[in-house]
Amino acid sequence: MSIIPLYFTIPLITAFIIPLLGKISKSLVWIVTTIVSFALFILALYGVTLTQETSMIVYKMGNWPPPLGIVMAFDSFSALMVLVISIIVFTGCFFSLRYIAHYTGQWKFYTLYMLITAGMMGIAITGDLFNMFVFLEIAAISSYCLVAFGVDAEELEASFKYMVMGEIGGLTFLLAIALLYARTSTLNLADISNTIQGNGMNSFFWMILGMLLFAFSIKAALVPFHTWLPDAHPAAPAPVSSLLSGIFIKVLGIYTTARIVYNIFGLTRANAPTFFNLLIGLGLLSIAWAGLTALKQKDYKRLLGYSTVSQIGYIMIGFGIGNYYGVAGAVFYILAHALGKGLLFLTSGAVVHRAGTRELDKLAGLGESMSTTAWSFRFGALSLIGLPPLVGFFAKLFIVLGAIKAGLLWLAIIAIGLSVLTLAYLLKIENNVFMKKGKMAGLKKAPFTMRIAMVFLVIVMLLTGLGFQTLMNFIVGPAAHALLRGFEYAQLVFGSFALNF
Amino acid sequence: MKGMSLIVKTITNIVIGFIFLYGLYIILHGHLTPGGGFAGGVIIAGVFVLKYLAYGSSKAGEKKSSIISSVFESVGALLFVGIALLGLLLTGVFFLNFIPRGTPLHLLSAGIIPLCNIAIGIKVGAGLFSIFLALAAFKYIMED
Repeated sequence: MSIIPLYFTIPLITAFIIPLLGKISKSLVWIVTTIVSFALFILALYGVTLTQETSMIVYKMGNWPPPLGIVMAFDSFSALMVLVISIIVFTGCFFSLRYIAHYTGQWKFYTLYMLITAGMMGIAITGDLFNMFVFLEIAAISSYCLVAFGVDAEELEASFKYMVMGEIGGLTFLLAIALLYARTSTLNLADISNTIQGNGMNSFFWMILGMLLFAFSIKAALVPFHTWLPDAHPAAPAPVSSLLSGIFIKVLGIYTTARIVYNIFGLTRANAPTFFNLLIGLGLLSIAWAGLTALKQKDYKRLLGYSTVSQIGYIMIGFGIGNYYGVAGAVFYILAHALGKGLLFLTSGAVVHRAGTRELDKLAGLGESMSTTAWSFRFGALSLIGLPPLVGFFAKLFIVLGAIKAGLLWLAIIAIGLSVLTLAYLLKIENNVFMKKGKMAGLKKAPFTMRIAMVFLVIVMLLTGLGFQTLMNFIVGPAAHALLRGFEYAQLVFGSFALNF
Repeated sequence: MKGMSLIVKTITNIVIGFIFLYGLYIILHGHLTPGGGFAGGVIIAGVFVLKYLAYGSSKAGEKKSSIISSVFESVGALLFVGIALLGLLLTGVFFLNFIPRGTPLHLLSAGIIPLCNIAIGIKVGAGLFSIFLALAAFKYIMED
């Protein structure tokens, strides 16, 4: 029995059991969700060990062979995404117990939370373009509901704005799929890749790639299309902000872009330099623009939202550099930013839970009263800024190395220079909320489960930073190789099919 | 609670059974004729919507209906995933059509597909009715 379909069926089943359980007991719902998300974490670790032996695990849904049926293609990059998703989902779930307590209809929260998990897991392991769209919509629609979960005016407005922008992206993706299907007569990613390999990149495929890049840029909130994110992510409940900023936009926007550009269209820096320069340009624009905007923010979570847009730029630069170091750096950055930003949004949740406000001017003196939260924030911030030995440093290091190896010395200098912006806006929170003495000094500590969730992420961050060599050899390196395989992806999918059948 | 006029109520009483039966027919013949779980589910949801529009309702009734329909919705979804998962547990392949296919064009044929259609029918019928209730009785449901 293969475990591959379990990644999305377990959260899916849980999502539909929760409404039944919710009628019996509220605390039972939380217990079940936590157990399930921990089980997913264990399964994800097991999945990583599986990809050490075989570079590509192909799972045929309902035993239909690849071009006809839907396949799940599980390689090292998918394994890494699944692992990161499960870590953030687990900590977010743990954090939710006390944070969600003041909302009504708590089981609805956990149902949506599990649906969003199922959608993200599905995107990360599917090998079929339309299947990817369906999972993307499952995740996206759940996220619209979760952003509006508080049903206040601000949250509903943010959710509506997010929904309009998100659906423009989603429908462009659907249109691209339809056009691609009309031309290639297949929806299987590997089969599409074979067709493109046979025909070469003509203007039609470039148009499709442009549409897909537009759709995924909206989902990933790259700068010209980022306007929904600074509204939507702060409006959501903190564990959901942590999930959305930490991993959601990376699965929906970055993973899909990387997979399609590298493995399906088989582009490399050598055969499509302009396209890769476009990715770098989008990345630089995101870092600079959103970083500068973040400096002006007066709202804790909104500042972090702009910071996310800015940090996504680094990942895009890494993929735009396109050599091994660049891609490995980008993959590393996905992990580092998920842990770091996930943690920062959790600290914002703890602060909002106790202080009741998100405005930086009103928050002061929390460094003494909420010391665990303050130190968690410091670790997360230092990792994002890129201080060794935290994991963010190695991610940035590899991107800079990649830029130098690719002969883009100017890019390396700009990328390092722009991380001053990260330092500046995160210091603003540190200074206003945790360092400054103020009237909030008498607040109680964050609730126990919240502190556990934050400390767990800090420990994971320290472990990944200190054990970066192991991580590089077993998880990040293989993931980068999986992307740089290019057209070989299709051969692996069809090759294992020939062996199994 | 008032509902519509006597004419509407009488006509509703007459047609409601036929519509329900037609919905069941569409679901059960999903693997033989056009239609299937989704289309049949929509028709069945239509029965309940029609009953509500003709007869009106009370706050208590709407609350009760919303609970029942949400239970049915979950059960339908669980049945569907359960059938798929049964394939994984029994044969090791997710969504495998593990029941013998039978003779084509007979009612009892096509393995798990009629069962999946029934599950989808329950899910869609209850789901659409829940959406109707959420729009109609939104202020009561939001109080929970």
